[in-house]
Amino acid sequence: MPPLSLRYALSFLLLAFLPVFAAQAQLTIEIVGGAGSAIPIAIVPFENESNYPLGITGIVGADLTRSGLFKLVDYAGVSPRPTRAEDIQPAAWRARNADAVVAGSMRPLSDGRIDVRFGLVDVVKQTTLLTMSYTVTPQQFRVTAHKIADVIYEKLTGDLGIFSTRIAYITKQGPRYQLLVADADGADPQTIVTSNEPLLSPKWSPDGSRLAYVSFENKKPVVYVQSLATGQRAAVANFRGSNSSPAWSPDGRRLAVTLTKDGSSQIYIVNADGGPAARLLTSSGIDTEAAFTPDGGAILFTSDRGGTPQIYRASVSGGSTERLTFDGDYNVSARPLPDGKGFAFVRRAANRYQIALMDYATRQVQVLTDGPDDLSPSVAPNSKLIIYANEGGGRGILAAVSSDGRVKQRLVAPSADVREPAWGPLPRQ
Amino acid sequence: MRNFIFAAFLAVVLAGCQSTPTTDTAAPVEDKSATGTTPGASTGGTSGTGVSGTSGTSNPLRDPNSILSKRSVYFDFDSYVVRDEFKPLVEAHGKYLQSNRNARMTIQGNADERGSHEYNLALGQRRADAVKRMMTLLGATDTQIETVSFGKEKPRNQGHDEVAWAENRRDDMVYAGE
Repeated sequence: MPPLSLRYALSFLLLAFLPVFAAQAQLTIEIVGGAGSAIPIAIVPFENESNYPLGITGIVGADLTRSGLFKLVDYAGVSPRPTRAEDIQPAAWRARNADAVVAGSMRPLSDGRIDVRFGLVDVVKQTTLLTMSYTVTPQQFRVTAHKIADVIYEKLTGDLGIFSTRIAYITKQGPRYQLLVADADGADPQTIVTSNEPLLSPKWSPDGSRLAYVSFENKKPVVYVQSLATGQRAAVANFRGSNSSPAWSPDGRRLAVTLTKDGSSQIYIVNADGGPAARLLTSSGIDTEAAFTPDGGAILFTSDRGGTPQIYRASVSGGSTERLTFDGDYNVSARPLPDGKGFAFVRRAANRYQIALMDYATRQVQVLTDGPDDLSPSVAPNSKLIIYANEGGGRGILAAVSSDGRVKQRLVAPSADVREPAWGPLPRQ
Repeated sequence: MRNFIFAAFLAVVLAGCQSTPTTDTAAPVEDKSATGTTPGASTGGTSGTGVSGTSGTSNPLRDPNSILSKRSVYFDFDSYVVRDEFKPLVEAHGKYLQSNRNARMTIQGNADERGSHEYNLALGQRRADAVKRMMTLLGATDTQIETVSFGKEKPRNQGHDEVAWAENRRDDMVYAGE
């Protein structure tokens, strides 16, 4: 075993990775379609909330509305406003057609922190579903609001909330490329990398602490891994030829990458901190776009070994390789669902590139978007939403679609060409 | 411990490679281009003077009357097959490299803006490799030619129509020192 020859390029030279507030790249979200049966919920402003600059309940309401699974019920005219679960009068809220009501309070503590607490009441069944309290600083209000939205979403839908997650994406403005990380609602974008050469394929480490990406800064594609906390980065695949398409193993210790060091584009495994590359598969055509399955036992990848690009699955411990897509002559960019039930991918039909979903059990393909240039799907940790880029006309925007195809959102950045979104993991508790 | 685990993993992976048959046949992708509107099509061999004219004092690589001044090879949609009309151009450069052993060339493969970034990166590489393979069959050596791919990331034509796409499905041949 050769020593791990880390090519630590602690490059403070070309790339500015210190977090910089990038207001020009702020994404705003428009909901363009909704579920048929949204849950009507009233979110009453918390007691004393108006004493603080950032409205927590406003963020909670926006998160829930954006999921497409909730609609807000007006609280105007309710007097007195409830501040605890036991204050909520079910009959008054049923008269407004609410199914659920949230009420709470914010109280300053002697150490300068704030006690935030709330209750969620099912006014149909007239039961308190949960009460929670948090002791936080004003700097933590936004994070706290997303946490509150998560627990309400989980309680009422049975699925994991993903409002506390982050997304990474690439922007291009003139000759300048940036890799940014923002909250899942598009707020607080931070610049991670800036370069005058293309940046590609950002991928979150499973613990959310690092990003792998491809940079052309050395005039050819090289795969880097960069810590979000320290900005330190290492070239983990910088072999002769092209290095691209990183994909993390679920344990965060290895990456699948596409290399051309031995000829055409083929898939190899490298350690997450660099070192030699071990070839995983062999074909005489193109193999690329590897993605590990959630159990880490297999990869999905794109190959043209059958004459057209299609999606295959291969065991990482040797053994069989299976073709998964057969419909059409272009099926690429497979992204496994975290729940293990299938994968999102890009298909081309009648010259339109669309996001689709394959279910392993039925082998049925469900087309989720219309195209014409929908690319780079990335699945939320709860498997319920897929973010992707619509790159049409060189003016890319991000969009998201629910995995049942019913809820669609557009995420708009005012002035940049946005592409290649990557949905981050659930934050560690 | 960590190295041991990785070594064990490596061994498993290598064993897997041995037991995995290579099933592909690298079937050429059929021509799906809808129209014949390909820029650069006029750079076919008939317009050039051929490599034999290199005895003069001028650099044939820069002589606009020499086929060697032409540097771009265009491809059909989804394809990395060198079209017949570009074979004289590729052959001329292959022979030039054969008779000028100190010459070094980089072939830059490109793709149009449609479809996956990463698949297009691989497709551009394949396009560059296809031209390199033809040249090495004609006597150029492996060390004379480097291939790289820009995928769809560096379009020459910034447009978003079939004319732009056809121009961007392209290899560029760049000699060292140019």
